Amino acid sequence: MSRILLSVVIAALCSVALWSTAVPAQEELRSYVVVGDSIPDSLTGYPGDAERGRAIVASRTTGLCLLCHSAPIPEERFQGNLAPDLAGAGSRWSEGQLRLRLIDASRLKPDTIMPPYYRLDRLHRVAKGFADRSILTAEQIEDVVAYLASLKE
Amino acid sequence: MNKRSLALALGAVFFASLAAAQGGADRRRSGYQDMGPALQKMQDDDTANPAMLFVQAGEALWKQKVGAADKACADCHTTASMKGVAARYPAIPAGADKPVDLEGRINLCRTTQQKAEPLRPESDDLLQLTAWVALQSRGDPIAPPDDPRMAAVRAEGERLFTERQGQLNLSCAACHDANAGKKLGGATIPQGHPTGYPLYRLEWQTLGSLKRRLRNCLIGMRAEPYDYNAPEYVALEAYLMERARGMTMDAPAVRP
Ligand code: HEC
Ligand code: HEC
Repeated sequence: MSRILLSVVIAALCSVALWSTAVPAQEELRSYVVVGDSIPDSLTGYPGDAERGRAIVASRTTGLCLLCHSAPIPEERFQGNLAPDLAGAGSRWSEGQLRLRLIDASRLKPDTIMPPYYRLDRLHRVAKGFADRSILTAEQIEDVVAYLASLKE
Repeated sequence: MNKRSLALALGAVFFASLAAAQGGADRRRSGYQDMGPALQKMQDDDTANPAMLFVQAGEALWKQKVGAADKACADCHTTASMKGVAARYPAIPAGADKPVDLEGRINLCRTTQQKAEPLRPESDDLLQLTAWVALQSRGDPIAPPDDPRMAAVRAEGERLFTERQGQLNLSCAACHDANAGKKLGGATIPQGHPTGYPLYRLEWQTLGSLKRRLRNCLIGMRAEPYDYNAPEYVALEAYLMERARGMTMDAPAVRP
């Protein structure tokens, strides 16, 4: 595919994929560009911190990931089995692919139960304390992406 | 045919009929079946089941005269007439036009017959009375009423059950239909049948209603729980009872 054609495709994707029109929030969602099944660019413009990401994934109140997934976090005894094991996620997926799966996995699989960690629209009856804020912030998304990318098999 | 082949043939017939009996394969499991043996034992033994203390208090309330009418429940009802009641509700009581659950039915008697204040949702008195009434249906099959007006209520309940809500964008069905039996963190996801309510939950360290359970699930989904008196609970409860039709009542149960 020629360079020009590629940029036309990306521009077309941008016009539908830009999330900047989302509802005003406590912290307005940053815009991002979806390319294929991936969001190649960091939401914050800089790389996340894998160690902080690990703590978010392990936390039952922040990431909630271990409710559904298992992950190589042996000190957390109670891990879920509704979802794929996160071990090796960094070998199976690129950072951009992981970012999209976290931000809004329903773009790839409309009936997924994986929660949309960085999306505000198409949600109903959100509890008062959580209304108008995404499950994770842009920084937290990048930290989790960095952690998942480090999980190589 | 020699003895041995007769036995084999009989065996084959037996297994064929067993398979036929299970042909309609009822895959439904109560929360009791998903618990460990220690908790099952606690539920089975009335001297160990903490919910039975609430039942005793409920029996006393059943006999207590209250309200401007100065009447006790027992002045109007026999104990025997309470059998099967908890297995039937939510229902639309005679003369009423909207469905109520068992707690709502008890409060209707409080206000219209006893001329007393309704009991507060989730109050000790209401839970104790409900537990005593529910015990009278122990062992009975869940049997929602045939009332055609209940069809719309159940349909609304089913809609609420399958609708995604909350910040996590989950539905009740996502867990209780699609993922029952799997592990959510440390908890086994039950199919969500209402056979045992009100029940003693170790995590609550007290007796709680089905409504309290539903509120817990809504809060877990980060959805706004409905108001205690909201018709949504009655609709969900009516759908859950229909979904569990024929399953055995085991209230007051024990849960982790
Ligand atoms: C309520 C359940 C649930 C929670 C909570 C959850 N996930 Fe998921 N996740 C899923 C399911 C189910 C899938 C599989 C996709 C599908 O089939 O829908 C998935 C897929 C994924 C994938 C793609 C994995 C693969 O190998 O295909 C990643 C990565 C992922 N989740 C990471 C996370 C992280 C990190 C968190 C927490 C910040 C998290 N998930 C929280 C249910 C969940
Ligand atoms: C993310 C998963 C999840 C969702 C979504 C969910 N539940 Fe639950 N539910 C559970 C778990 C796990 C339990 C078991 C209690 C425990 O150990 O916390 C439970 C328990 C129950 C029970 C009690 C069953 C028993 O045997 O006592 C009922 C009834 C129920 N849920 C109904 C619902 C309804 C109705 C909704 C939607 C409003 C809902 N649940 C949403 C996970 C979920």
